[in-house]
Amino acid sequence: MSKFKKKVNTKQEIPTASMPDVVFMLLFFFMVTTKMRETSINVEQKMPQATQLKKLVKKSLISYLYIGAPKKVDQFGKEPKIQANDVFIETKNIVQWVNSEKSKLDEVDRDAITVSLKVDVEAKRGLISDVETELRKANARRVLYSANQKLEL
Amino acid sequence: MARSTPDIPNSSMADIAFLLLTFFLMTTTVASDKGLLILLPPPPEALPPDEVEIPERNIFKIQINSSDKLLVEGNPWFSTSRELTDQIKIFILNDGRDPTSSDSPLKAIVSLKADRGTTHKKFIEVLDAAQAAYHEIYANRAGVSVKRWREISSDPNESPETKQAYDRGRDVGPNGTVGIPMALSIAEPSKVGG
Repeated sequence: MSKFKKKVNTKQEIPTASMPDVVFMLLFFFMVTTKMRETSINVEQKMPQATQLKKLVKKSLISYLYIGAPKKVDQFGKEPKIQANDVFIETKNIVQWVNSEKSKLDEVDRDAITVSLKVDVEAKRGLISDVETELRKANARRVLYSANQKLEL
Repeated sequence: MARSTPDIPNSSMADIAFLLLTFFLMTTTVASDKGLLILLPPPPEALPPDEVEIPERNIFKIQINSSDKLLVEGNPWFSTSRELTDQIKIFILNDGRDPTSSDSPLKAIVSLKADRGTTHKKFIEVLDAAQAAYHEIYANRAGVSVKRWREISSDPNESPETKQAYDRGRDVGPNGTVGIPMALSIAEPSKVGG
């Protein structure tokens, strides 16, 4: 019977020579897909949960407004504030902000601008309603209330 | 004289690559542009000044106070938002049967009124319930799942099939009138809580 016994001389190690290549491939993938956030958000951002979410197709048409209590409470207080790009703005300056955002778009797309309101769950409806009124004046009527997917039970 | 070939040690290359990889993994955020899409009414000045009287039966009133409590059609609401969605669906699809409910889906309006002190969380929850009612009606008519309906409605002109399903869901007539418009009215908030 020993005649059939084969000599086991296969190597037990996993070849690691190609590992750097694999890792580099992953690295390049993430390097290419990573988009560094150009603005740092200075307000609390805990998104509400909802089920009926829609995805926006044209991302270039979206402008963001961040609303929430400031992270630096001792400096800015705890009342929710509106952040556009890198600065806090007042509600009365929203029309101006919308117009400057619109001027960045192509002329044909200007009326299709969508404002994504990233509102913290604790923010009050009063402030958001003021923002909406300003957006109506600025004729930026497509509004997206940013939300996360709620798991349906 | 044989030149010695200089060798770069490459055993640490994997470590360096892993370090960079971890860095990019950590900093990558998958941008999520998802949320509840609404269309605001035109600016107050552009609206026609004459107020049209809407019969009480065609309005489904939802009110939220500053402590996030709901008043639905004048009664306090204690059930889940799923129950609210069902109630709104019954209201929209009443089509004149119940004399206290809506005349037709075309005339039915869901009115959502919050207080200045209502939290955004509660507001989104109720808005979500109302949109769910409409989306379920549309999806049912178009013969697709609710999820698929939301994809279609984000981009109805993607293909002739989606356009057709989109029109079928909203009951679009031959002359382009929408039979079941999403009549979601978000009123100016009251000024009780701050």
